Amino acid sequence: MEKSYIVKQISIFSENRPGRLAAIAGALRDAKINIFAFSIAEADGFGVVRALVDRPEDAHRTLTDLGFRVSFTDVIGVKMRDEPGGLSDIASVLGDAGINIEYAYAYSGKDAAVLILRVDQIEDAVRQLLGHGGELLKTSLSQ
Amino acid sequence: METIRPGELADLQLKRLRWTLHQAENVGLYQRKFKEAGVSPDEIRTLDDVEKLPFTYKKELQAGYPFGLFAVPMKEIVRIHTTSGTTGKPTVVGYTRQDLDNWSELIARNMTMIGLGEDDIFQNAVNYGLFTGGLGFHYGAEKIGATVIPSATGNTRRQIEMIEDFGVTAIHCTPSYALHLAEVAESMGKTLDTLKTGIFGAEPWSESMRTELERRLGVKAFDSYGLSEMYGPGVAFECPEHNGLHIWHDCYLTEIIDPKTGERLGPGERGELVITPLVKEGLPLVRYRTGDVTRLMDEECACGRGVKIARLTGRSDDMLVIRGINVFPSQIEHVLRSLPEVGEQFMVYIDRVKHLDEMTIEVEMSRAGFSGELQDLARTQKKIAGELHNTLGLRTAVKLVEPGSLPRFEGKAKRVIDRRGAI
Repeated sequence: MEKSYIVKQISIFSENRPGRLAAIAGALRDAKINIFAFSIAEADGFGVVRALVDRPEDAHRTLTDLGFRVSFTDVIGVKMRDEPGGLSDIASVLGDAGINIEYAYAYSGKDAAVLILRVDQIEDAVRQLLGHGGELLKTSLSQ
Repeated sequence: METIRPGELADLQLKRLRWTLHQAENVGLYQRKFKEAGVSPDEIRTLDDVEKLPFTYKKELQAGYPFGLFAVPMKEIVRIHTTSGTTGKPTVVGYTRQDLDNWSELIARNMTMIGLGEDDIFQNAVNYGLFTGGLGFHYGAEKIGATVIPSATGNTRRQIEMIEDFGVTAIHCTPSYALHLAEVAESMGKTLDTLKTGIFGAEPWSESMRTELERRLGVKAFDSYGLSEMYGPGVAFECPEHNGLHIWHDCYLTEIIDPKTGERLGPGERGELVITPLVKEGLPLVRYRTGDVTRLMDEECACGRGVKIARLTGRSDDMLVIRGINVFPSQIEHVLRSLPEVGEQFMVYIDRVKHLDEMTIEVEMSRAGFSGELQDLARTQKKIAGELHNTLGLRTAVKLVEPGSLPRFEGKAKRVIDRRGAI
């Protein structure tokens, strides 16, 4: 049951230099793949572009064929109230349960804000959030 | 010995060559090589007969790793040093007690030649340890009675304080480190007045570098040449004429050859230096290909010593000298190819930053190397740098790049870009 809330994020290795994001985004555009949310994490000279897309398998294949190093990462997307305290509610549930957030990013959509979370114990996190009345993105929603 | 007459020298060389060849017959490699070449040491009756003997290559030393080329039982080996090999394993050199005496005698000879003695305070600012430059000069300097400061490398400000506080008169280091020392001393407002002599080796350096070092450090600068396979430093050295290096013919039989054909070249012609050491017990070598390019100088030296070699400027192979450490591109390749995280291509860039060499290695990520997590990439980067450090003995900056972003080569790959100017 928890599994149906685990969303596939695509993670793309990228050098930290001009034009790399344009190349990735251009490839997804040409394949008519829509990006819901994304973030960039950077280290010494390189980074990882993380994205939630409508067709992750197609995105993986498209980018791999172009020579990018791509991998899937399991994340969860949880809706949050788009008002003060929204993030705090979710973070507290996970913190109280001893679940560590490795990274997170968010987008504010039409009906709600969504927090994308990479955590160390993903199925526990799903249980905890559902148990506390949280609303999670379904895997199928992004397919 | 330094001014021995030519006829006497030739007799001595021949006697010692024949001894060396018999010593070499204790080594399996030479038993095989002499057999393959159809030559027996007893057939070597003149110095010119040395041309009948086969060359020895660095890779053969490596194939004997670790002790396969030693000509004496291990109980007679009293010291080991290593130098870079052409792939993963280093080249191991071993010394008998007599070898260590010979070596320090040669260093002492060089230091005496440039006027150093028991009144001098000598700072040996090179790596101690497996590198031959540290202990080699240490014992030679003790032999001439100098006061030796084994300062080794690093902590430049402390090095400068020692020069000032101890009244150091002579220093040995790499020329690029000497320039760094000069800069730091200037920034500290120190004039290093006691310093008179600089011995610089382990990497090639130019006449303009000499002018600069002499001006900024207030020294007379002397070039020192050696290689671990021939004990280490001490093989050849500049005299006060500063025009070429005296190579010690009583201990080293020299030839200059065309590195492509192996044919011997005449006096004055540039080619690869080939050395047969004449007094080495532990690790005798026959016609060893040094890879260093030089020429035997025609003109006699005003000091009255024997035939000199010109200052070394290049290599007949692709060996690099980075901060005084010898590095073969094949070593880098060997390390990278053994790591699953590394993809097909890599590039090596060498720059000089504040007079010190910096090596940057760009490696393409392999599929196996990417989990999607940033921290795994950082770990991969660290692992690659760590493995390179283990093999090369050198810190490098590793950059991870996207697959397909590095140049592909159709012919001979040119993966090393040396952007340093001459020093």
